[in-house]
Amino acid sequence: MSPILLTQTDLIIASSVVVLDAVVSVWLGLRLHKQVLVAAVRCAVQLTLVGYILRYVFAIDTPALTLGLILVMVAIAGREVAARPEKKLARYGNQIAGLSAVALATFVTATFALATALRPHPWYTARYAIPLAGIMLGNALNAASLSLDALLSGVMRERSAIEAQLALGVRFRDATKPLIRAAVRRGILPIINVMSAAGIVTLPGIMTGQILAGLSPIEAVKYQILLMFLLAGATGIAAVGAAYFAMARLTDGRERLRVDQLRSS
Amino acid sequence: MRLIAQSLTGPAGGPFDFSLNAGEAMAITGPSGAGKSVLLRMIADLDPHGGDVMLDGVERAAFTAPDWRRRVAYLAAEPGWWHDETAAHFPDRARAVALMPSLALDAALLDQPVHRLSTGERMRLALIRTLLNDPPVLLLDEPTGALDPRATGLVEAILSERLRAGSALLIVTHDMEQAARLGARRYHLEAGRLTPQ
Repeated sequence: MSPILLTQTDLIIASSVVVLDAVVSVWLGLRLHKQVLVAAVRCAVQLTLVGYILRYVFAIDTPALTLGLILVMVAIAGREVAARPEKKLARYGNQIAGLSAVALATFVTATFALATALRPHPWYTARYAIPLAGIMLGNALNAASLSLDALLSGVMRERSAIEAQLALGVRFRDATKPLIRAAVRRGILPIINVMSAAGIVTLPGIMTGQILAGLSPIEAVKYQILLMFLLAGATGIAAVGAAYFAMARLTDGRERLRVDQLRSS
Repeated sequence: MRLIAQSLTGPAGGPFDFSLNAGEAMAITGPSGAGKSVLLRMIADLDPHGGDVMLDGVERAAFTAPDWRRRVAYLAAEPGWWHDETAAHFPDRARAVALMPSLALDAALLDQPVHRLSTGERMRLALIRTLLNDPPVLLLDEPTGALDPRATGLVEAILSERLRAGSALLIVTHDMEQAARLGARRYHLEAGRLTPQ
């Protein structure tokens, strides 16, 4: 079965339901109509742009360009992770922790998938590497920012409990373990929810897209399962990475709790 | 000398130089915010600072940080708790139970959740927690601030006993008579300077 190709007219017709949202907003006085329309236009422009960029990159398909594009995506994701928490670490700590966490999660899981399940020739083919890295990044970003936020807000709350233990000669890593655990848990929970609800509560977007694009449901499901597993891995790495990288900035060689490294934004 | 502090400098001011023999006590008074707690935290190596501290002639750098803090034990004015159950803070329950009557604490308190304990009970239990490490140096930040006269007397009795056994004591207090009862040298901390009284 070949995919049903969409025309510009199809999309223009589809946009009428977005206009419906705007009408609802005016009608109920939500004051969201401008935001809805701007968001819809942004969505269309950004995705079209990405489509052309991807077509160009896929056509050229050089490892340097592929890597370059992925690095730009990683940098943007790292910045997003850093910006999310209310508290900020000094000396670009949030940025470093966020960037390291999403980069590690993405490179490990994407390379793993390219080397085992997908195996395109060559393994760094842009057509596979870029979308894979993108979806890993999106989820790693989510997990890392939840984890980082939980850690940084928890550290101030638990300060006296941690310092009471340090004063008794407990090692820093033992005194802060409950906090690390809580942060990693916050980061990982969403993917557990998504995995257990998959197919029952929701038809995952990728699978839906593939089925609409003409792939057999069984093949689409296999892809979805592969991606879910990879995402679970990326989420775990990102959550653990963000928590540990940030915690490393909150101590020093004498195992102190350095809350002076933390600022409220 | 049990404890020697050499040109300690930090947010509390300084440089601070003083020393304590085994069995000797030092009481620090001063207005709130003068940095009395910060001074104790510097000695326990909980905050970054300049200067050095020696324990029984050994430099602090020779100890790992946890080893140092187990020996030079700081007890905050409002000590933290990290479990819901009180007993979970006392790995050696038998030794804790053995100390509790001397501070007029019922052993059954260990089976209460921490949030049910009164401020005074928490303070005395936190002191026991610290004493169980048998630290040669005690840095206590207003350990009797929340206690009635009777409990204060019991805490002072335990501290005197530790002093006789050779511990050194550095205590922050607002109570001049307490310093006298403990036989402590008195110092006043204000505007970053420590002056003998």
